[in-house]
Amino acid sequence: MKAEEPLLSVEHLSVEFISGKEKLRAVEDVSFFLKKGEVLGIVGESGSGKSVAVTSILKLLPSNGQLAAGKIYYKNQDLADFSEKQMRKIRGNEISMIFQDPMTSLNPVFTVENQLVEAILLHQKVKKSKARELAVQLLEVVGIKDAKQRIKLYPHEFSGGMRQRVMIAMAISSNPSLIIADEPTTALDVTVQAQILNLLKQLQEKANTSMILITHDLEVVADMADQILIMYAGQIVESASAETIFKNPLHPYTKLLIRSIPAANKKSGKLPVIEGNVPALKDIPKGTCRFANRIPWIAEDEHEQDPKLREVEEDHFVRCTCYQHFHFKEE
Amino acid sequence: MLRYILRRILDLIPTLLFVAIIVFLVTRMIPGDPARVMLGPQASVTEINNLREKLGLNDSMGAQFIAFIRDLLHFDLGDSATYNRPVIDLIMERFPNTIVLTVFSLCISLIIGIFSGMISAVKKGTAWDYFFTIFSLVGVSMPVFWLGIMLVLFFSVNLGWFPATGIGSMDAGIVDYVRHLILPGVTLATIPMANFSRITRSSMLDVMGENYIKTARAKGVSGTLVVCKHALKNAMTPILTTIGMQISSMLGGAVLTETIFSWPGMGRLIVDAINKRDFVVVQGTVIFLAVLFVLINLIIDILYKVVNPKVSYVRGEK
Amino acid sequence: MTAKADQSPNEGSQFFRKLFKNKLALIGLVFVLLMICMALFAPLLAQYDPNEMNIQQALLSPGTKGHLLGTDSYGRDLLSRIIYGSRISLIVGIGAVLVGGAIGIFLGLVAGYFGGFIDSLIMRFMDALSAFPFILLAITLMTVLDTGLMNVIVAIGVGNIPGFARMVRGQVLSVKEEEYIEVTKSLGAKQWRIIFQHILPNCLTPIIVYATMNVAGAIISEAALSFLGLGIQPPTASWGNILKEGKDFLVVSPHIAVLSGLAILFSVLGLNLFGDGLRDALDPKTKL
Repeated sequence: MKAEEPLLSVEHLSVEFISGKEKLRAVEDVSFFLKKGEVLGIVGESGSGKSVAVTSILKLLPSNGQLAAGKIYYKNQDLADFSEKQMRKIRGNEISMIFQDPMTSLNPVFTVENQLVEAILLHQKVKKSKARELAVQLLEVVGIKDAKQRIKLYPHEFSGGMRQRVMIAMAISSNPSLIIADEPTTALDVTVQAQILNLLKQLQEKANTSMILITHDLEVVADMADQILIMYAGQIVESASAETIFKNPLHPYTKLLIRSIPAANKKSGKLPVIEGNVPALKDIPKGTCRFANRIPWIAEDEHEQDPKLREVEEDHFVRCTCYQHFHFKEE
Repeated sequence: MLRYILRRILDLIPTLLFVAIIVFLVTRMIPGDPARVMLGPQASVTEINNLREKLGLNDSMGAQFIAFIRDLLHFDLGDSATYNRPVIDLIMERFPNTIVLTVFSLCISLIIGIFSGMISAVKKGTAWDYFFTIFSLVGVSMPVFWLGIMLVLFFSVNLGWFPATGIGSMDAGIVDYVRHLILPGVTLATIPMANFSRITRSSMLDVMGENYIKTARAKGVSGTLVVCKHALKNAMTPILTTIGMQISSMLGGAVLTETIFSWPGMGRLIVDAINKRDFVVVQGTVIFLAVLFVLINLIIDILYKVVNPKVSYVRGEK
Repeated sequence: MTAKADQSPNEGSQFFRKLFKNKLALIGLVFVLLMICMALFAPLLAQYDPNEMNIQQALLSPGTKGHLLGTDSYGRDLLSRIIYGSRISLIVGIGAVLVGGAIGIFLGLVAGYFGGFIDSLIMRFMDALSAFPFILLAITLMTVLDTGLMNVIVAIGVGNIPGFARMVRGQVLSVKEEEYIEVTKSLGAKQWRIIFQHILPNCLTPIIVYATMNVAGAIISEAALSFLGLGIQPPTASWGNILKEGKDFLVVSPHIAVLSGLAILFSVLGLNLFGDGLRDALDPKTKL
């Protein structure tokens, strides 16, 4: 594989959920690519479709969800065409995932050892005793002390941060080429969040793994991501390099997200929140700017009909023309 | 763990005392003079008085109760007048038959119940799911004594496959024994089977939506293994908690099932004793079954702790 | 909880919409209504007196002219007997649940509200009562109480007490935690008024669902008692009685046992389906 070739290239991905007789689009026409060793941040509020988009890469959608369109090229093979059996060889082996809530993501009735060893044996041809040794080493790598003893414990005997470390150990157990971390720190205490992010960053740099980091908090991806996608209501609204996003944010949603970063508001002490919510799937407006109702002080005719994602400068894409007229609401 | 077991046993003492009081009071309230009932209409006044004296019926209620408790602690349930034997002997003679029937039914109901519930949950919304759902809905509403009669009508009277009544003897071979066991076993298994099926289905559906199932799939675990290893062990907890309830209702169901199939167990013993007004036997068997039930529940509670390392799995606690 | 009051105008219609969307619950309701109609209009529906014997016409098969479902060993019309039998089942079913429910609800309220020693005393007693298999308790009580409709109701009702008591106690404990009860208490409302005006209405939903299911159980128990010869005494037509007689003529006239049992099965199934639907419509969170 040549260095410039992307490891993962997602093209025009759409995901639908079937609810009764209706088909609801949770993700619409999302494209991005990721090179080896690169970190991609996907940012948006809950309901923006970011989690759905990445779970569809591993084809782990709930039974009422389906890939409606698009290609998912991983190492030049389209995962959309893969059978369940082929996908099992990818999951946890080539691409692993870390979930949001470490409290419920580990099986409560099996020991940590059992769950780690299972992951190792699934993808590596080693003896069970060797797998046990590897499991202990993995726990040490993710910074769990007394790993030999603690590996025998059940998940509920670990703290939240520790459990997330176990999840990370499980994710790196087969040296994957890509790690997808879906809000890995959201459920954790603030102090622990930084530790976990550091650990992820350190592991990613050491093994030169690619990573997709999903978060609702731009601050989380600020130091880590090379590229950033901002998603809203199932669509990408802005995409650029991390530097550009912070230096020259264009879309109103990006600007509002940046303004709500706690660090940027230390002086005032008050956190501006973006009023309103992401619309529910069935309420997504059609053919108009989906963000319009969150910024009602911007006149309707300044939005575009059926807004497109346009390249406004090199590698910097923005949806809808409203960004040209946007200003913060006067208090 | 040991402390937990000790505490649970201490908790049982007031319950058991109440069980004794209830049985004592109820049997004392049976109309008519038990001594007269036992001796029959020809008995003379002296004979009746002698027996009343022997049974302690002439003592005060309090003294009778204390004697009753004392005997209970010595596993003495009194003597049956109609059988002329100690009640505990009668129970020990019949009880194994009831155990065989109940355990056999419990096994059938657990195997078929859990299996059908799993299929229902995994294949939710398919024809299989509807089939097992209707099957379990009819099952929980089944009057077992009627089902027993219907099975006899169909499999014994019409097809002649299985004997309609009685218990096989081991001398005639295991096949004969099992042939006698099938119909009463299936009859008694129906309601718990339907309940297990319903509980397994709903508990599996809950578990399949949990995050750790997604984790297992993201690891690359196959669908079958996710269901049989990761989901089933978690789904077992609610199933296990209802086993105690099911056994209790099975002991009740055994009374009816044994009557229909002339199965010589505890249920037949009770019904016969009631018809003969042998209140010592009624008292003894009822208290035996109640204590048995309490003990079974104790064992289930302890097992529950063993299976589920963390009894209350609280979501999102710190 | 606080939102409850705001939604109340909607809540009723939403409840019915949910209930009627559930096809199984509707089927259950149809069975239940059929049974109630049978019981209410028995004299109009039945062609014969259920106890009118006619030995010349004994053990006729179903479909015989004049006797749609045939006759029993005394030549009594089976259809008429099954129709009248629904009265016994319904009276015993509802009666037993009312008796058990009233006592159980009362004990549960007292135990939950006062707590402490009274609570332990009542609940240990309830534990003891539920240690007896349901049908065994009824059987034992029937030997004490002697036969008769009222006694059957009481004997079956007693077994219903612990379930109601436990459920209501649990509800009281959770309702007690809510603030508005505290407020009323500080205003000096009498304790019993608190119980009946504030706590009881809050427990009504689960009580109704539980009661529906228990009527089904009580109907089976009555049939079982009568089947054992301990319940309603012949010649009164009750489904359990008809089944008991039918058992003796299983080979010659299986229809007697088959049809009386089906009557029990369908009424119990109806109540269970309807109860399930009620539970789902009223509160989807509570499970079996």
